[in-house]
Order: sequence, then C-alpha cells, then structure tokens
Amino acid sequence: MSVLVPTSLDAARDALSANPSATVLAGGTDLMVEVNERRREVVDVIAVDRVAELRAWSHDPVSRTLTIGAAVTWSEIEDAPFLAWVPSLAQAARTVGSPQIRHAGTIGGNLGTCSPAGDGLPPLSALEAVVHLTGPGGERSLPFAEFMTGPKRNARAAGELITAVTVPVLRGPQGYAKVGVRNAMVIATAGVALVCDADAGGVRLALGSVGPVILRCPEAEAIVAAEADFAAGRLAEPALRAAAEAARAAARPIDDHRSTAAYRRHAVGVLTARLLRRAFPHD
Amino acid sequence: MTATTVTAGTVRGGLGQSVVRPDGTAKVQGSFQFSSDYTADDALWGATLRSPHPFARIVRLDVSAALRVPGVAAVITAADVPGVPTYGLISQDQPVFASDVVRFVGEPVAAVAADHPATCRQALQAIVVEYEVLEPLTDPERAVDGSVPPIHPDGNVIRHQRIVRGDQTIEGPVTVEGTYELGRQDQAFLGLEAALAVPDHDGGGVELVVATQWLHEDQKQIAACLALPAEKVRLALGGVGGAFGAREDISLQVHTCLLALRTGRPVRIAYDRHESFLGHVHRHPCTVWMRHHADHDGRIRRIEARFVFDGGAYASTSSAVLINGITHTQGPYACENATVDGWAVRTNNLPSGAMRGFGVVQACFAHESQMDKLAAACGLEPLEVRLRNAMHTGDRLITGQVVENVAPVERIIHEVAALPLPDEPVGGHDGDILRLPGGVGRTTDAAHVRRGIGYAVSIKNLMYSEGFDDYSTARVRLVDGTVHVKFATVEVGQGFVTLAQQIARTELGIEDVVLDRIDTGVGSAGSTSASRQTWMSGGAVLGACRLVRDRLLALVADREGMDAAALTIDGAEIVDSGGLLRIPVAVAAAGVDIDETFEHHHPATEDLDELGQGNCHTAFAFCAHRAVVDVDTELGLVKVVQIATSQDVGRVLNPLSVLGQVEGGIAQGLGLAVMEELLQDGGIVKNPTFTDYLLPTFLDMPPVVVSLVEEPEPHSPLGAKGVGEPPTISSTPAVVAAIRDAVGRELPRVPVRPADICL
Ligand SMILES: Cc1cc2nc3c(=O)[nH]c(=O)nc-3n(C[C@H](O)[C@H](O)[C@H](O)COP(=O)(O)OP(=O)(O)OC[C@H]3O[C@@H](n4cnc5c(N)ncnc54)[C@H](O)[C@@H]3O)c2cc1C
Repeated sequence: MSVLVPTSLDAARDALSANPSATVLAGGTDLMVEVNERRREVVDVIAVDRVAELRAWSHDPVSRTLTIGAAVTWSEIEDAPFLAWVPSLAQAARTVGSPQIRHAGTIGGNLGTCSPAGDGLPPLSALEAVVHLTGPGGERSLPFAEFMTGPKRNARAAGELITAVTVPVLRGPQGYAKVGVRNAMVIATAGVALVCDADAGGVRLALGSVGPVILRCPEAEAIVAAEADFAAGRLAEPALRAAAEAARAAARPIDDHRSTAAYRRHAVGVLTARLLRRAFPHD
Repeated sequence: MTATTVTAGTVRGGLGQSVVRPDGTAKVQGSFQFSSDYTADDALWGATLRSPHPFARIVRLDVSAALRVPGVAAVITAADVPGVPTYGLISQDQPVFASDVVRFVGEPVAAVAADHPATCRQALQAIVVEYEVLEPLTDPERAVDGSVPPIHPDGNVIRHQRIVRGDQTIEGPVTVEGTYELGRQDQAFLGLEAALAVPDHDGGGVELVVATQWLHEDQKQIAACLALPAEKVRLALGGVGGAFGAREDISLQVHTCLLALRTGRPVRIAYDRHESFLGHVHRHPCTVWMRHHADHDGRIRRIEARFVFDGGAYASTSSAVLINGITHTQGPYACENATVDGWAVRTNNLPSGAMRGFGVVQACFAHESQMDKLAAACGLEPLEVRLRNAMHTGDRLITGQVVENVAPVERIIHEVAALPLPDEPVGGHDGDILRLPGGVGRTTDAAHVRRGIGYAVSIKNLMYSEGFDDYSTARVRLVDGTVHVKFATVEVGQGFVTLAQQIARTELGIEDVVLDRIDTGVGSAGSTSASRQTWMSGGAVLGACRLVRDRLLALVADREGMDAAALTIDGAEIVDSGGLLRIPVAVAAAGVDIDETFEHHHPATEDLDELGQGNCHTAFAFCAHRAVVDVDTELGLVKVVQIATSQDVGRVLNPLSVLGQVEGGIAQGLGLAVMEELLQDGGIVKNPTFTDYLLPTFLDMPPVVVSLVEEPEPHSPLGAKGVGEPPTISSTPAVVAAIRDAVGRELPRVPVRPADICL
C-alpha cells in the first residue's frame, strides 16, 4: 500500500495517470466507511485534500459563474459567500452530516460517490452545473446530467480526477430541503432542490433519493415558469399545487429499509410545495 | 432536584455528593483502556465465520484450505469444543459453533486465529460451508400456534405462562382495547465486543480480559464449554463502553479462550459494528393485546392481555423477560382481576434477550396506551385516570404479591405535572431550524407544526426474580489508613466505581479509597443489570465497611480503654458518646490491617405457579414522564421539545450519577419511540450499521427537567432504589402519547415512522 499526498494539481494528475487504479481520497467520509465495512479494497491512495488548486474557488463576475474546487469542504460552502451566490447548494451543505463530517467532506467526494442521496447533487443538478475532469486523456467538462449515470455511478474514467464544478450565479430564489428520520446526521429519504433564474424566467427542480439518478421535473418547472411572478414573489395556490403534483409524479421512488416509495413520493410533493411557497411567499 | 443530606458527617467525596467518576478524566482524555485496547506481546487475532442464512442445514464444512493460508495459526469448529457444546444464561441451548443447523443470520460456524486481521478474513473466506437452505420460521405466531415443526430440539415455545386472578367474569361497563407492537431495539453501546485471552504457561488454564456484565456467570459458562474447572478460567473486566443488557450473554468469550488454548498464544477478538449487531441479543420484538374493563369513573376492574415475545433463535433470558412483561401488565395501578396469557417463542430471527427495561418496556407501552384510551372513554384527563388507579404500598399485584416498597405513584404524577412546561413557542424560536421537526433538513416552517403533550407512568421490578439468589460480594481492607475495596461488580458506565468509593468514605471516614481490579478474584457480584448494583453491591460494600468499622472501633476502644459501643465515626473522626474522644480516623487507623468480606443477599422470592401467582419479584420502583413534542403533521416528522420526569429513587446517593442515568435512559426511550429499529426481512438483517440504525443525536434529544422523589426505601441497604431502567421504560409511551395528542392517530407501534403519522 502506498499513500501519496501531492500538493499541486499537476502532481496529483500525474500520479493518478501513472496509476489509474489508485484510490482518490478527499475527506474520506465516504471512502473510509466503505473501507471499514470492507465494501472497498484500497491498495494505493492519492490524497487530494492538500492540492491547492482543488481547495480553491473563484467567482467570475463577468460570466456570473462560480467555480468550486473539488476539495472544497461543505463547511466552507454552507456559509457566506456561497449562501448569497448559490443558496440551494449552501443550504444543502448545511444538511450534510455533522460539523465534523462537513469539515472533512468535500463537494468532489459527493460527486465521486454519486449516491442518489448525496445532498450536494440535487442543487448541482438544478443549477445545471458543469463538472470538470482531468486525466490521461486531458481535460474535459460534462454537464451534471451527463456526469451522473446511475446510483453510485458516474462518467469519471479510470485515472481521471474531478477538479471542480462550475455553477451559475443566478438572480432569484433558491432552496433545498431533505427529509430523514432524524433531525440531523441522516441520509435523505427524499430531497428537493429549487433554483430560479429570475432574469430568464426559468425554474428548475431536482429530486434526490427518489430515483437511480437525480431527477429533474420538466413539467413542474414549466408550470411554475409560466405562472410565477418573480418580481412580486407571487405564485397562485392552484399553480403551486399543480407543480407539486407534477414533481410527485416525476419521482421514481422505491421501497427499501429506509422508507417506502409511497412516503418518498408524498414527501417530494410536500417539499416541492413548501420550497415554492418559500420562494414565492404570495398567493 | 431535591437537596440531599449527607447523614454521616462531612467526609469529602462521601454519599450524597456529586462525586466525579474515578475513571472520568481518563475517559475524557482518551487514555481509558477499553477492552478493545488490550493486547499482549505475540498476540494473534481471532475472527468468526457466521451463517448467512436464517435457517439452513450444514451439509459440508471444510476448513483445510483455511489452515493452509499463510499466517493462520488455528481454525476451530464445533468439533473442537472440548466441553459442553452449548451455553446459555437460563437454558443451555445455544451452540458455541453451529454443527448441524444454523438458526439465525450471524450464527457462528467457525473461528480462526492468525497473525493479522486481514489474514483472518482471508482464512474465513477459505472455509467451505455447504448449506441446505431451509424455510425459516420468522412469524412468532406460527411458533405459538404450533403449525411449524420445531426448529430446535427444545421446541418452538420457550415458555408459556398465564396469570389468572380474581373474578374472570367481569366485563365493562367501559372497555378499551388495543394491539400494540414494538420493533427490535438494539442496545447500540459504543464500545464494541472485544476480549483478550491469555493462556497459562502450562496450557492448563486461561485468563480472559473482557467487556461483560457478569464476570462469574461468564466464568461458569466458559469453563463448562472448555471442560475446565472454574478456577482455571480467570476473568478480569476490560473497560466497558456501555452494555444495556447486550453483554449478559456470551458472545466471543468461548471462542477467544478456545483459540488461545489451541494456539498457546494470546488471542484478541474485536467485533466491528456489523458483527456486533449480529453477535449479541436485542430487545424482544413484541406484540401485546390488552383489554381493560373499567367503571365509568375510570377505575380499572379487570385486565385481559396476551403477550407474544419473539425470542429469536435461542432462549437467552426470554423466559425471564416474559415473566417480567406479563407480571407488569397492570402498570403502577391497582387491579384485582386479571387474565393474562404470555408466550416467549423461538424463531429464526436474531436471538432476543436482555435490554434495559427487560420485558417491562413492552408491557408499559401497552398499558400506558390503554390508560390514555381509558381516559378518553371516560372523559377524563390522562393524569386523572392514572391518579384514580394509582397503586399504593400494601396493594396486591395480579400475581398476588403485596407491594412492600415505597410506592409514591400519586406523588410522582403530581410532581411531573407540576414541572415547568417549555417556554419555547410551538415550532421553536423564529427561524431556528434546529428547533423544528426535520431539523437541519429545512423541511418545516413553524406554520406546519402542531404541539402535543403526553404522559406515561411505570412500575419496574428491581433485582432478579423467581427464586434467584443474585447476591453480591465485597471485600474491604483497611491498611494503614487507606481503604482498599474489591468486588467483581462490573462497571459498565453506570458509576458503581464512584459509589463504592463514596460508601467507603462515608462509612469509614477515610477519603483515600483505592479500588482493586474488577475480576473473579473475589466472590460473585451478580449481574450489572436489573437496576440492582446500587442496592446489591452497594449493600455488600456497606456490609463489609461496617464489619471493618466495628473492628476498628473495637481496636480503638481497647487502646483507649473505652466501651466500643460508645464509639462512632462522625465525618472523618472517631468520637465517643461521652464527648471525651475525638480523633481522626486516619490517625486511629495508622498501622492497622483489617480485612473483611461481606455477601449481601436480598430476601428470597418464589416461582410463579400455574396461575401466575407467587411472590416472584424482589422490589419495585416507579417513574413518570411527560413529553412535549412538535410534529410536522404533513411530513410525519417529530421534534421532542422537552421531557419532564419524576422518579422514585429512594435516596439520591450521587446527584450527578442519577441525572446521567435519567437523561441517558430517556434518550434510549426516545430512540425506541421514534427511530431505533433493527429490521429483519425473512430473517435477513437489513440495517446493521449506524448509517441506517438511527440513534438520537444531540438535536433529537430535548432538555430534561427532573424531580427526584426521595422517600428512603426501608428494604434497601442504603435507602436507594436502582435508577437505571425506569427512565427508559415510560419515556417511550410518553413520547408516543404526545405524538398522538398532536396528530390524533392511534399509533399502536413503535418506533413511530413518519409514514405512520402522515399517510
Ligand atoms: C457520519 C456521516 C454522515 C454523512 N452525512 C451525509 C449527508 O447528510 N449528506 C451527504 O450527502 N453525504 C453524507 N455523508 C457522506 C459524505 O460525507 C459526503 O458524500 C461527502 O461529500 C464525501 O466527501 P469526501 O471528501 O469525504 O469524499 P471521500 O470519502 O474522500 O471520497 C468519496 C469518493 O469520491 C472519490 N473522490 C473524492 N475526491 C475525488 C476527486 N477529486 N476526483 C475523483 N474522485 C474523487 C473517492 O475516490 C471516493 O470514491 C456522510 C458521511 C458520514 C460518515
């Protein structure tokens, strides 16, 4: 077993390209659980939590985008300035685990694991984030919808490093809410992210834990986009109800030991309605 | 909290004071040695191969490939058990290793010892087991109705017991009825099972350092399986990180010793969380049907009940849990007529056994749910119906036993009702998500919240029952001004180590009290369970201290030419009734060496007869809870806002320790109410990790307000009653009653799931 601790992106990429079967370790909050439960065999490790480029984020006011390095932690993302720029992602960050987990766990790790219950993923889906990768074949960028390919499956190729995600900084309300059986430190049984683009009059809803991947809800989005008055913060109750119903219908939940399909679908409807009411306080 | 008086003077660190644990600093600093921290030079690692099937016949078992794995020192199976092939606390029906059939998922089939845990895993994988999978018996009712062939030579019924008392013909005029269900709760201690076995040089014996609850009972069972005399199996307590009943049964003890004896080298075994979930007994899942017959004014006239406890694959303590459950059918209420039918049955589910509350948790959830139904049926407030039926000292139970203990049921009900309600508005303080149901998930706004308040009251037996003489032993030596106390009382975190020092200080007036290692080098202390150690081992330490004190006073009397009967210890000094003598005990004890051992026994109890009659229990304690909850009714999410409790404790010997038990017990009761359940489907365990077996976090645990009722118990050596179990028992039904109050549903099952509330 070897453990490399590169401090630059070049070094990290070269190490991984040279040894594509090595395991990337960021905060270890997913990886070490798998190792401890012996669901994953680890031979060589490349730790990325000291790679300066991956720990950085940058805001481009011209293109109005935010690029967040893969090793940025949830405890950074849950606070200012992220809270103002990407509220849905910051709110999702706050729901992750405990303070200890948020200090160690990273956005890149959430993407690396790609669990349908990953709390960072519905906001990234709703923000239509772009995921940046680098590896033996050079650099490439994928829309989130193409990056996540299944439950705990993604488009990352062997030897590739997730370097960052780029998200737009939008004007308009956002939110994230998740249901679990405990008041903290709990895996979502259902999660909903809402992102509004007031300038384009667009609305995006993404559902977590209720399908093999994060699900978008085009029908619900269309209803809100057509009916909402962004300037007045107004959405009529019937439209809100119809959108929540459409989100319910878009869910593809299953029964498992964490919850039932029926409850998950119900929760998606309730959370969608509540997020919409928070975003559009007036009937 | 009620103030306590230090009756025996003012020695520092004596009874009644919030003395800090002797192991507290080490625990906080991380230097405390838990049993998993013990190792020895040259120690091998052990690991266990477990059944993946709930019920299967072993067709072939071949360990030869495992033996060839480099680094493997031994592989053992049922064929290598030299003594009795089975063990168990009450009946010895559980194999050390399965030989012909496996009866639950996780049953041990073989064990290996090797130079490294990874080698152990490799070796386990190399063991070939061919199974013929059988249809598992997972529905306890099928065991009751006898429709399934026995899955064990002892049959599918572990015990059946009735209680028939009084007039069996009474009906109504008011009747309330319900069927209640409790899921399987895990003890979920943080310190996982671990042990180190070191063989004697001559190979003729073994020393085992282990986290357990009763060293001498382990010793007896291990020795029988090893075919060794008890003195050749010496046990010492490894630091215990919680127990809650899960360490009453043997888990890795025999395996570790066998591997050490086989290899002639020290062997350590340590379970991980997954293995722990499979490797120890759990609280019995249970279905309870009850029907109460009462007058229009709410007075109970007769209770009918039927209990079915799912004992899982092996008997463990199921028969005692059953008796505890059914004999507590009435709760802390007077009732003269009863018809109760109770079953503890065998299934291919995980074995069930002891857990904090021991059968009474199941009874209490049912009788308290019934009391609320009765209140509603009679148009009474929940507390009023309880007050009208409250039991008193001298009342006869449905077993015919008279309650001879202090029974301040009315008082605890009044006190819990008088405790302040939370000042927090419904839905918490504006905008603070941590105060809302759903917590950090940001699901809920204050407008979605409804508040509910619920009450529950319990009675719990203390000590062992049904003729069991669960005595305790303590040895106290006064050597040159220092007190040395030795006992085999297992410290699981409850604080007996603190209490033992407090007792010795107060009785002997000497602050310097040294505790010897907790091991089998002294007589049995009985189990650290059944809320019994303060009473039983406290009584033993007290008794031994008094023998030492009498000899010291006799010595001083001799020296001073006085009458020993005139001397007493007052605080830290020896004084005489005439006021002539006053010398520090430490001075009087210089150069002295006194050594006394004392056994404390409680009065004998009896078995129940055919009709469930008999003085089967030793003593009783009582507890009341009030829960305030905020519920998001649309999503079914619960935030417990506050728990208030009034508990009958006899006497508070260490306020801080009592508070710890009260708060910890409530957390465990809350867990059962709203989240804790180990799920099995067709015998397969679905959530054996802390990712999915949810325990309450700090954000789930509310502030607790406490009123301790101190009416010293005349039968208890120190006037104190055990305080460990009651907080767990009635907190569960109180929380559920509060949720019912908020949402208006019956909610007959715990844990209450979100879907039960909102779908
Ligand atoms: C107690 C606890 C509670 C938790 N609660 C939550 C929760 O509420 N919500 C939630 O979403 N998650 C939760 N998690 C899971 C976990 O914390 C998150 O998924 C976190 O974002 C993982 O980040 P990490 O840096 O720790 O990833 P790691 O564990 O280091 O890595 C995760 C995976 O991603 C890969 N990886 C990491 N970085 C890169 C990279 N730069 N390039 C390529 N591959 C990479 C790793 O190889 C690994 O496969 C919890 C975990 C624990 C232990």
